[in-house]
Parts: sequence; C-alpha cells; structure tokens
Amino acid sequence: MSTTTENLAEALTDGSTDLLRFATAGSVDDGKSTLIGRLLFDSKTIFEDQLDSVESVSKDRGNDYTDLSLLTDGLRAEREQGITIDVAYRYFATPKRKFIIADTPGHTQYTRNMVTGASTADVALILVDARKGVIEQSRRHTFLATLLGVPHIVVCVNKMDLVDYSEEVFESIRRDFTEFASRLRVPDLTFIPISALEGDNVVNRSENTPWYEGSPLLSHLERLHVASDRNLVDVRFPVQYVIRPQSHDSRDYRGYAGTVASGVMKPGDKVVALPAGLETTIASIETADGPVEEAYPPMAVTVRLTDEIDISRGDMIARPNNTPASLQNIDAQICWMDESAPLTVGKKYAIKHTTRWARAMVKNINYRVDVNTLHRDEDVTEIKLNEIGRIQLRVTQPLFVDPYQQNPETGSFILVDESTNKTVAAGMVGGLPHRV
Amino acid sequence: MTSHVLSQLRSLEAESIHIIREVVAEMQRPVLLFSGGKDSIVMLHLAAKAFAPARIPFPIMHVDTGLNFQTVLDCRDRWVERLGIQLVVASVQDAIDRGLVKEEPNGSRNRIQTPVLLEAVEKHGFDAAFGGGRRDEEKARAKERVFSFRDDFGQWDPKNQRPEIWSLYNGRVHQGESIRVFPLSNWTELDIWSYIAAENIDIPDLYLAQEREVVERDGMLFAVNEFTPLKEGETSERRSVRYRTVGDANLTAAVASDATTLTAIVEETAAVRITERGATRGDDKVSEAAMEDRKREGYF
Repeated sequence: MSTTTENLAEALTDGSTDLLRFATAGSVDDGKSTLIGRLLFDSKTIFEDQLDSVESVSKDRGNDYTDLSLLTDGLRAEREQGITIDVAYRYFATPKRKFIIADTPGHTQYTRNMVTGASTADVALILVDARKGVIEQSRRHTFLATLLGVPHIVVCVNKMDLVDYSEEVFESIRRDFTEFASRLRVPDLTFIPISALEGDNVVNRSENTPWYEGSPLLSHLERLHVASDRNLVDVRFPVQYVIRPQSHDSRDYRGYAGTVASGVMKPGDKVVALPAGLETTIASIETADGPVEEAYPPMAVTVRLTDEIDISRGDMIARPNNTPASLQNIDAQICWMDESAPLTVGKKYAIKHTTRWARAMVKNINYRVDVNTLHRDEDVTEIKLNEIGRIQLRVTQPLFVDPYQQNPETGSFILVDESTNKTVAAGMVGGLPHRV
Repeated sequence: MTSHVLSQLRSLEAESIHIIREVVAEMQRPVLLFSGGKDSIVMLHLAAKAFAPARIPFPIMHVDTGLNFQTVLDCRDRWVERLGIQLVVASVQDAIDRGLVKEEPNGSRNRIQTPVLLEAVEKHGFDAAFGGGRRDEEKARAKERVFSFRDDFGQWDPKNQRPEIWSLYNGRVHQGESIRVFPLSNWTELDIWSYIAAENIDIPDLYLAQEREVVERDGMLFAVNEFTPLKEGETSERRSVRYRTVGDANLTAAVASDATTLTAIVEETAAVRITERGATRGDDKVSEAAMEDRKREGYF
C-alpha cells in the first residue's frame, strides 16, 4: 500500500480533510471532459473497470482516442445523441480535501444547468481555449458564476500545447478577461495555463511553462482558502423541525432542529424568534453526540431556548440587534427554468425560502439581462427558459431575507408551479452584482 | 477559538441530516428502504441522529428477496430493536407465490424486487422513500436528484427532472405520486467506510475479512454455502475474503482481502482500483444501461 493511500485513509477518518465544491462549465470542444478525466485519472479516482468500459466503447465507435466524456455521460439518450443532458456530479479526494465536481453541459439548457451547478459551488472553473481567447461563452460563464455569488473563479487557459506554450498568448487572454471581469464582482480571480490533454499544470507543474510562477490546478484547489467565504457574522437559524419526543422520560423536551444558515451561535446568546419577535436566550445547542459549545454553518443541530415560546417550522432565529429584513415585497433576480411556460406579470407561484413555503404573485418585470452582453432590456413582458431577469414579487406572508450577495442562504428562493409542482425558477434577493 | 471549518465527513453528515429532516417536515408518510447493507445502515444511523433524543418518526421497509445472508438479517433485527422502530417487510417470495412476479432464469431476484417495492409503497401509502443510493456508484445515479420525483407508476424520467438549486428541495407531489430521497448522494464508498470507522457503526460481519470456503466463477469469488453450493466439477479452497456489497446471497461475490478491522477496510478502499459493483455483483453486469433501465422502472 502506498503512502498516499495511507495518508488519504487516515486524513479522511481523523477529520483533517475538508470539502470543496466546484462547478465546471463549458461546451463540447473546450476540453472540459478531458480536464475532468485528467483530474480523476491522475488522482486515481477512475476505476479500472470504468476505464476498460470507456476504452472498449471508444474502440467500438472507431474513435482514435479514449473518449473520457463517456465516463460522465451515463444516460442512454446522452450516449445516443453524443450530448450531455444534465448536471453530473463527480467525486475525488486527496489527503488534503474531498472535491465534489458539478459538471455542467454547454448546450441549450446551459443556463439552467450552470445555475444549478454554481448554486452550491465554492469555485467556478472556466475553460478558455488558448487559440480562441475570451469568447462570448466565457463571458456568459463568468456572469452566471458571479450572479450565483461563487466566491472564487479559476480561469484555465487550455490547449496551451497548441500555441507553443506562449506566454504572450496567455498574458493577452489574462488582460482581456481581467478587463471584462472588472465590470463584475469577482472576489478572487486566478489564471492557470494548462493542457488538459498533455497534463501540463493540471496535477504537476509543467516544464513547458517556465514563465508561469503560480501553482498547478490541483494544488491551487487544494490550498484555496474557502473558510472565510461563509458568513460567520449574521446569526440566521431557520427552524426546520420541532423535536418533541413522545416518550415518558423526556416529555418536557422541546428542541428546534435546523441547519445553521450563517453566523456563530453559542449557549447564553440572546436571540429573537421571528416572526413573533420574542426575545429569549439559547439554553443549549445539542447534537446526537452531545451538546456543543458553538454552532456554525453548515452544522445541523438542535437549539433549546430558556423560555417556552411558540416557534414552528419556517420561523427564523436571529440576534436582537441583527435581524434579517421581514419582507412581503421582494425585489429579486430570477433565472427561469421551465420550458413549458414563461414567467409573466400577474402569475402566482408557490415560493420556498429557507424552510418556509408561501405563495407569491409577480407584480412587475423590471428588465431582462442579456447574459452575453450584460445589456438590460426593459421592454419585456415575459422571462423565458434560461433567461435572467429582475422582478418584483408580492408574497402572502413575510419572508426573513438578506441580500443574496451578503447571505446566499437567506437570500435565495425557488418558485414552484402550483399545478405541475415543478421547480420553475431560482431567485436571488437584491440587485445585480455588477456595475454597468 | 476554532477555525469554524467542518471536516468533510461532518459536512456530509450535516447535509444528510438536513435532507432527512426536510423530508419528515414536508412529506406525509415517509419510509426508509433498508437492505441491511452498509449504505442503508449509515442512512439509518443518520436518521437516528437527525431526531435525537426522539425516535425516528417513520418506519423502515425491507424488500426481502428471501435470499439473505443470516448475519445480515441478524444485524437488521439488532438495529430495529436498538432504535425501537417499526419494520415493514415486503416479501418477494410471497409475491412469487401470488404470481405477481416471476423469478428470472439465472435465479436473480434483483429486478423483480421492483414490483414488490412499488406494491408495498402503494399499499402503505408512502409518499417518500429514502434510498441509500450514492452518485459515485454508477453513471445513471450520478445524474439523479437528491429528491427524485416518481410518477404514479413509480417511474423515473431522467429527461424530466426537477432542477435542484441550493439546498431548497421540492417534495411537492400529487396524490399517487411520490419521491425517492437519496440523503447519501454526495458520499463515496470511501466516505461510507471512513464514517463507519469513525463512528464505529454496527454492520454485518460479512464485510470483515475472514477465512471462508470459496469457489471461483467468472473471475469472482463465491462463498460455498446453501445459496451457492459447489457445482459438479468445481473445487473450493479456503481463502481470506470479505464482501464489498451485500446483495442476494446467491449472486453476491466476495473479494480477497485481509482487512479484518474497519480501519483496514478504509485503507483497502482507498487503494482499490475496481468499482464495488463491478467486482462483486453478477446482476449489474447485464448491460451498460442496466441500472438506468431498472431505475426507470422504479428500482431503488
């Protein structure tokens, strides 16, 4: 058994490994599948029987090379049509981190899939073909990543082998991209010259790019500091479920179960329960493994309070001097995800925000954003599939919200069609994250 | 002062607990599908954590093929006893006797579990069923949602899945429709073993290596027992083996292994180069789309 394997096993069990989620986006030819295949292959995550199967299918089809996209394209329709239909999740681990990849395809359903993949991502990987430079699609990827508040963007300038590993080409792409990105709110932007096919700067530092002083992609992802991305300031605890054991020995027990959305909670903290507005104190924070001294995101805990007050699912616990806005009129960006009907003014939907359901009516469509040019079109009456727009909603009961860019957990919601029960929109409270 | 960073196992644990609580809060009548394998045991362990100190507020259901290793049944009964939960058994043998399903020629009862499962779900009026499926297991699973919508025939339509954004799950269904929920979606085989070792979770001893009488068939090692007796012309040998998956006793193979402790299993899993199903499950080898087809029909 190799040392790496022992390290991995030990790190996973003793809790020194943390979790990083990243989303990749791109079209058929930019080498995205090859890059993911390379990361999985070089981190020894692809199993031999999977590789055998991919090799034999590639050979059957008469391909010159092993088609690594076959590793992710699992559905029959995908194999038959040679396209990727949906977000695929892939996993690999090193002794430092476990990685969850949300691999999003690049064709027509693209925006819906990218929004889905980016919604939980710490990092967005954007591939740029070194021969083509920054194209419309690179801009679209970046805009969506910032719209979803992804805190780190890594631009992989791929196919460097096809431009003789030219520093000038890389620098020119970096300049173009940086100029475009300056209009968006990108907290952390990194550029890496790679060749996914040849393996340059993916896992190992390449000798072909002596002018590049940064890390290879994998070490960059392993070291990326994501702990400070979470909001640890504003205490928000949406009550998910009330635990009341129906047994004789714990008849008086009442605990509020939920996942900490943001902030750090401690026993003894003064808190307020919304919508009632009653103030009380945290008596204890419990888990099945015993009480804890503090709770922070994304811990799933049970909070007990010193006073008996009436709190139920959908209520929110915050600090008396730091509460979310209680709003029935919501100003939001939405991405429309339903192919059967567009969003129009006057329509009613079910809305889910944290653990609270309500009903919402569309009062106004302010504008639609062109995801390629960032142009705002105010002369619109509907938002269609894969379009992004700013709308005003009137909700049947108050939601306890923060602006999405400050707090994605309490700034996000979904709209659900009440007749089909389908999820039709992703919504983000507040304005666009970019300057125009 | 801590760093306020959860380890990856604790992050996965928190995510699963969140999912399980969300189902109980929003659905009318959930059930947990329990096979007795390691994944369903981890799922049950997480469900117990989600509602402590209260009991798990839903029953578990075992679709019993009648081809179980005794030690798996023993382990199941220990869990039921310990947690004080209700066990529903849906019997495949009973369904065969009633003529609902027919056994396949190779003796596999894998595929015919589906009608039995769907019948039991309908009979008991379950509108949400937890399954232990993981996305790293198989390509069709890699694209399935955490909350996976099923129509009133229990079918999965991969082209018509609900978008799943952030952790805002949508479990809304009409009468007769249901959802399958996969709280372990983001766990890998290695995570499962690391967690079992870290939490010292009670699992059937089949998973641990032990000297067993085995016979080699199609490159797979089968333990010689009442379900897989020695055929004419075959010879058996004693080898140290363990099971990576626990399916039907007549079709599940063991792998050569010296891992007699949970820690050793974690190390072995970190080093292994063949998928668990590829190594041990005769029933999954049928076609490249075998799992997708079974899932469309309403399989776990």
